[in-house]
Amino acid sequence: MNHFLQLKNVSKTFGEVAALHHVNFEVGTNEIVGLLGDNGAGKSTLVKIMTGYHQPDAGGEMYLKGKKIDNLTVARARDLGIEVVYQERALADKQSLWRNIFMGRELSDSWGRLDLRTMREETRKLMNTLMGFTSSAITPESTVKTFSGGERQGVAITRALYFKAEMIILDEPTMGLSLSETKKCLDFVAGIKAAGKSAIFIDHNIFHVYPVADRIVVLDRGTVAGQFMKNELSLQDLIDRLQKVAQTGHLDTKPKRRLTARVAVRVPVKATAKGRRKG
Amino acid sequence: MSQIQEAGRPLSPTAGRGRFSAYLRAYPLQIGIVFVALFIWVLFLIGSPQTFLAGNIYVAFMSSTPYFALIAIPLTLVVITGEIDLSFPSVMAFGMTVFDLVFTTTHSVALGFIGCILGGIFAGLINGLIVTKFGIPSLVATIGTQFFWRGAVMVLTNGQGMGMTDVQNTIIYPVLVGKIGGVIPMQFVWTIIIGVIVWFFLNRHRFGAHVYLTGDNIESARLMGVNVDRTKILAFAAVGAAAAFSGFVVSEDVLFFWPTLGDGYLLNTLASVFLGGTSVFGGMGTIFGTFVASYIIGAIQGGIVAAGLTGYWTYVIYGLIIVVSVALQTVVGRRLR
Repeated sequence: MNHFLQLKNVSKTFGEVAALHHVNFEVGTNEIVGLLGDNGAGKSTLVKIMTGYHQPDAGGEMYLKGKKIDNLTVARARDLGIEVVYQERALADKQSLWRNIFMGRELSDSWGRLDLRTMREETRKLMNTLMGFTSSAITPESTVKTFSGGERQGVAITRALYFKAEMIILDEPTMGLSLSETKKCLDFVAGIKAAGKSAIFIDHNIFHVYPVADRIVVLDRGTVAGQFMKNELSLQDLIDRLQKVAQTGHLDTKPKRRLTARVAVRVPVKATAKGRRKG
Repeated sequence: MSQIQEAGRPLSPTAGRGRFSAYLRAYPLQIGIVFVALFIWVLFLIGSPQTFLAGNIYVAFMSSTPYFALIAIPLTLVVITGEIDLSFPSVMAFGMTVFDLVFTTTHSVALGFIGCILGGIFAGLINGLIVTKFGIPSLVATIGTQFFWRGAVMVLTNGQGMGMTDVQNTIIYPVLVGKIGGVIPMQFVWTIIIGVIVWFFLNRHRFGAHVYLTGDNIESARLMGVNVDRTKILAFAAVGAAAAFSGFVVSEDVLFFWPTLGDGYLLNTLASVFLGGTSVFGGMGTIFGTFVASYIIGAIQGGIVAAGLTGYWTYVIYGLIIVVSVALQTVVGRRLR
């Protein structure tokens, strides 16, 4: 398989706490990877390594399109096409749609004068194509405060795609969304696939991840507990296996050494993601 | 999918309503403040028709309001970024102190004027650096610098003022505070020029886009690569420059620099910004609103006296107008958006 991003033997320890343990993880070109795991499984740490926010411990290696990458920084990760979409921190509420789309990357001449006309036109084009906003109540001048949760995710995803992100990391994008809003949000994730880009879809909720992901990776207590292609497994099988992970810490039938002595383990399967904290 | 999207959103709310409604939705703050201004003007007309139907009172407004309107305009930028600057009254005097020092050593009015503006920019940059690099809330930081610069002024001038008649013989005097055709004061023209310049930077330049984003959601602005620290520092520097400029204009107009220069401008200036519709929470505000609001504030004082009330009423009316109009803006704004 052609890999966009590959992590080999990546570990991360904070003081004495091991957040990640020899993790191998990869994202294929034009592949949507669902990353499942309970709170504290190491999902956020893994994402922060991929975005250059944390450096992996010595011995861990990272390859982007087959090329080894050392000392990744946040700015460099973005230049390489890795973009994160945070639900709460993505948009400036009181500003118009076009200002949000071009946030921090305003089109301007060498004097810094804004090219308002092009930005508005491009925004209108994006609304009619990628975003699929058909309501006449929304214009490039609408403030995003009036948008619903799913639409807001759509704006953030559209923005990332427009600026040529190769891989979009979605950090619990469906958190706090209603059913219909979740549906909209998942449509946008499917749009990433259609646009030929890759994505990592992090969530607690298997019912949200399963329909859009090509491959599902389960993290548990800092290790990859298992991964499988979606077409090899039905939703019911997946649920059964996840329950097993929760109980035993691994997916396979053969016993494995426990990494931590944590006893209280929650089943990472929930019909709704509401009210869950970030992992 | 499209059906889900339409649900819960009224279909084309502008349909069946006029063009005015579209403008109202696009510029609610600007239109709101114009109505407030008209309302107050009508009140004054009724209260004292002989004064407000004559031209003199308007010339008086045009010459005294710029003293604080010149500062209120760039202060709008700082407030939009979610910060505040309380130090500008002292910076007005500090700029003039630099003028005093440069002029007494070089005897050059031009150099003194440049020094005055640079002094203001310097004081503004210091404010910006304290707020961004040390993370001190601007409310606290600029109270501190307000005391500091006033103290510096008193120490450097030894509490002594300075006559400005030397400037009267240079071109700077008619350019800054002369009267066009003997009627329109130049400081009014400068207020418009500075208003247009700041409007351009706020609405048509990357800097302004970053000002709005910084004040709206500093975290997302930072994540999207906006240099929020630089944006804030530049906004503070603009206020510093404007404060020094205004200090020069005031001293020039009265032909004397008092070391207490700036006292009494703090509340007028802040009131102009907030009455103009700029949000205390940042991310929202217009230069037009501040401009009109500063003339409302400037007119209240003259209007109250002309209407036959004693000057004691001024603050009562100020208070009422500010609280009522800001409350109205909030309520109307909530309904429109």
